[in-house]
Amino acid sequence: MALLEIQKLSKDFGGLRAIDSLDFHIDKGEIVSVIGPNGAGKTTFFNLITGLYPPDEGDILFNGSSLVGLRPDEITKRGIARTFQNVRLFTNLTILQNVMIAQHCRTKAGIFGTILHLPGTVREEARIRQHAEETLAFFGSRLVGFRLNQPASVLSYANRRRLEIARAMATEAELLLLDEPTAGMNPRETNELTNLIGRLRDEKGYTIIVIEHDMRLVKGVSDRVCVLDYGRLIAEGEYAEVAQNERVLEAYLGRKGVKAA
Amino acid sequence: MAEAMNPTPSTPPAVPPVPDEAVRVAPGISYRKAFRYGMIGGLVLITFATIGALQTFQTKSIINGELNLGYLGLGLLPLIMGLLAARMPEAKEGYVQAKPGPRNLIAGLMVGFVSGELLLDFALFVQVVNIRPVFINVSPQMASLIAFGQANQANGLALLLLTTTILGGIGGLLEVLPKAWRSALVGGLTWVVMVGLFDVVFSAFFRGAKLQQIDSFLYSAAGGLHLNGAMLVFIVAASLYFVRESQGKAIGRRYRQLPDPARRSVKYGGLAALVLILLILPELLGPFISEVLDLVGIYMLMGLGLNIVVGLAGLLDLGYVAFFAVGAYTTAVLTSPASPAVAPELTFWLAIPFVLLAAALAGLIVGTPVLRMRGDYLAIVTLGFGEIARLLVTSAWFKPLLGGAQGILKIPAIVIHDFVGAPIVFNTPPKVLYLVALFCLIAAYVSWRLKDSRVGRAWMAMREDEDVAEAMGVNIVEAKLKAFITGAVLASIGGALFATKIGSIFPNSFNIIVSITVLVIIIVGGMGSIPGVVVGAFVLEGVPQLLREFQDFQFLAYGILLIIMMLYRPEGLIPSREWARELHEEEMSQDAWLKDVKQQDDEAAESGAPAAD
Repeated sequence: MALLEIQKLSKDFGGLRAIDSLDFHIDKGEIVSVIGPNGAGKTTFFNLITGLYPPDEGDILFNGSSLVGLRPDEITKRGIARTFQNVRLFTNLTILQNVMIAQHCRTKAGIFGTILHLPGTVREEARIRQHAEETLAFFGSRLVGFRLNQPASVLSYANRRRLEIARAMATEAELLLLDEPTAGMNPRETNELTNLIGRLRDEKGYTIIVIEHDMRLVKGVSDRVCVLDYGRLIAEGEYAEVAQNERVLEAYLGRKGVKAA
Repeated sequence: MAEAMNPTPSTPPAVPPVPDEAVRVAPGISYRKAFRYGMIGGLVLITFATIGALQTFQTKSIINGELNLGYLGLGLLPLIMGLLAARMPEAKEGYVQAKPGPRNLIAGLMVGFVSGELLLDFALFVQVVNIRPVFINVSPQMASLIAFGQANQANGLALLLLTTTILGGIGGLLEVLPKAWRSALVGGLTWVVMVGLFDVVFSAFFRGAKLQQIDSFLYSAAGGLHLNGAMLVFIVAASLYFVRESQGKAIGRRYRQLPDPARRSVKYGGLAALVLILLILPELLGPFISEVLDLVGIYMLMGLGLNIVVGLAGLLDLGYVAFFAVGAYTTAVLTSPASPAVAPELTFWLAIPFVLLAAALAGLIVGTPVLRMRGDYLAIVTLGFGEIARLLVTSAWFKPLLGGAQGILKIPAIVIHDFVGAPIVFNTPPKVLYLVALFCLIAAYVSWRLKDSRVGRAWMAMREDEDVAEAMGVNIVEAKLKAFITGAVLASIGGALFATKIGSIFPNSFNIIVSITVLVIIIVGGMGSIPGVVVGAFVLEGVPQLLREFQDFQFLAYGILLIIMMLYRPEGLIPSREWARELHEEEMSQDAWLKDVKQQDDEAAESGAPAAD
C-alpha cells in the first residue's frame, strides 16, 4: 500500500484552478521529484498535503487514513514534515532551539511540570536536547559544535537550508516534503545536497517528495519524476522517460513550431 | 548614535599619496553638527519653559539655596548636548581615530552658546509678542526665571548666555579628559543629582538605619542637600568611580587570583550580606518608600505576566488590566465583609485558589475569540476587552455584586499564622512589601523556568512565525491559550495584592493607563527579559511615585522616554538575547559571515585541500 495516496485533489483560488484533480501516490522508501514550470502548482500541492490550505475536492490518505480537515500540527504529528521554498527558520532562536521545537508534537511537558521541575519533565527536556543534537550530527561539522547556541540568523544560506531539513527531520516524520532545497546554492553545495537526500533515505529511512528546478539533482536522486503543469499531472515516470516526453518539453519550452509573437 | 544622525559627514581629508600602511586620520569634530545640536538644545529649552516645567521644577530643591530642579534641567541640557556634539565620531576601517583637542572644547562652547542664545531670544520675543493666550505658562515670571531672577534683565540674560556656554564647553571638555577623570566627574555629578532628587528615599533610609547625623548633615530641613552634603556626596561618588575606572581591572585580577575557597567565601559573603540588607530594608525604609515599592512590585508582577504574553508569545495584549481587575475584584468579593452580595469572608489564602481560577477563566474568555487574530487586530480587540472589563464593573448589571462606582471597601489585610499560631497581620506597607517581594520572586522563577522549556519554545516559535510553528507540530490554539492564561494568572495575583494592600477598590483604578504602563515597562526594560521587567518597573512606576509633585509631566516623560528608547535602544534597557539579535541582525550576520569564511579557510588549510564531503 502506498504511504501517501492522493485522489482527485483539486484546489481553486478564486477563478484559478491551482490543482486540478490530481492523482498521486508515493510508496515507502521512495524519492519522488515534483517538477514543473513556475506557477504549476507545486508549492500549493505541498501546502495541501501539510494542511496549510484545505482542498476543495479529493482526498489525501496517509498510511490509509485521510488528512483532510486536520490542522497542520496534527498532520505533522501523523508523520509528515516539510521545508519551505523561501527558508523560514526561527531566525532569532538558536540553532539548537530551532531543532528542539520540532519535537513539540512528540513530547508533552506542560506548564506545571516545567514550573515544578518534575523529574519526568527534566528527563524529557534532556531527551529533546539529545535528539536535536543527534539530528544535527547527521549534517557532519556543518551545524554542530560551537554553532549550536548561536542564533539561526548567523548561518550561511546553504546552512540555513540544511537546518531547515534538520528541523523537519526532528519531527520524527516518515515523509519529508522538501520545497526547492537547492534554490540559491552553488554547484558544489547542490552536489552535496543531492548526496544528502540520498543518505536521508538510505540511512534514515525517510520517504521523500522533493520539488526541484535543478535537473542535476532531480536526475541524481529521484526514483520517479512527476511533472505538473497548470495544476495537472502531465507526465510521470523515470527521469530519462520524462525528459523525452513531448508534453514536458512543451510545458518548459513552448509548443514546437509556434513562434513567439 | 550621534554619527548616525548626521546626514552630512564632513568631507574626509584628502588621502596623501603614500603607501597603504600610512596612517589616515578620520574626520574629527564637525562644527556644523555642533551648531545643529545647539539649535536642538535651544528648542528643547524653549519647550521646557513654555510647558511650565521650568516654573514647576523650581519647587524642588536639589542643593538648598543653590540649585533647584528647574535650573538643573536648564543647565544639564547644554552640558549633555555639548557632550554629544563633541563626541569623537567613530573612525571607519582604514582610518585612525583623530585625537580629541581644542575643537572639542570649541564645539561644546558653540552648542552652549547657540542653545543659550535661542532661549534668550525667546525671552526677548515674548516681551514683544504676547503668546500667553495660547501658552499660559509664558508669563513675566517665566521671563524673569530665565534671566535668573536678576533685577536688570540684560544682566540676567547675559548671565544665562554665559552659563549655558560654559556648561556646553564643560560637556565638550569631558571628551578630552582621560577616561578615569571623566567617569569620576560624570559619576559624581549623577550621584549628587540622584541623592538630591530622591531625598525622600535616602533620608528615609538614613533615619530608618538610625543614622540621623548623616541625614542632617546631608539634607537641609527646608528640602534639598546642604552644600557641604552635596560636596561630600560628590567626593565620595567621584572617588569611587575614579578607583573603579583606574583600578577596576587590577582589583578584578586580584579577585580572580584568589585561591578558590577564598573567592567562594567573598562571593557568598557578599551574597549573604545583600540578602540580609534586602530582608531588613522594608523596615528601614519606612512606610512611604515601602508603599512605593509595593506598587513597583505589583507592576513588576504584571510586567512579568505580560512579558510572557507579549515578549515570549508575541501576542500584543492592550487590555491586560482586565486580568488585574479580575484578581482584585475576586479577592474583594470573597474576602471583604462589606462586599455587596456574596460575603463568604474567606481569608486571603483560601481566596487565592478561586482568584487564580477566575483569572484562568478570564484568560480563556479573552483568548478564545482572538485565536485567529494577529498583530494589530489582536491589539485592537484586546484593547476593547480591557475597556469592557471596566465598563462591566461600573454597570448597573454587576452593581449588586461588585458595588459599581462605589467599589468594595473593607478588604481585610493578609494574615499568616506563625508556628505557635500567633497571627502576623500584613497591614502596613513594609510588611506587605515582604509578600509582594515573595510573589515577585515566584513569578520571576516561573518566567525563568518557562522560558527554556517545551512550552516556552513553542511560544517563541509562534512569535517568530506562526505558520511555520504550526507546520512544525506546535498546536497554536493550545499555545496561545496557555500564554493568555499564564499571563492572566500572574496579573491576578498582582490584583489580589493590590486589593488587600489598599483595602478598598474602585473601578477607576483599572483603566487603560494601567495596561499602557505595564506595556511600556516591558518595552523600556526589554521584551522577553526578566531583569528588564524589574528595571522597567522601578523606572516607570517607582520614579513617578517618588516625584508625585510633577505628576502633570508623567506622560510627557513616558512619551519622551519611549521615543528616545525606540531611536537609540529599541531592544530595551536590559535586552533578552533574542530581541538584541532581531534588532541588530545585520551586524551579527556580517560578523558571522566573516567567521564562516574564516572557519572554511581554516578547514581547508587543515585538510590541505578544498573541503569536499
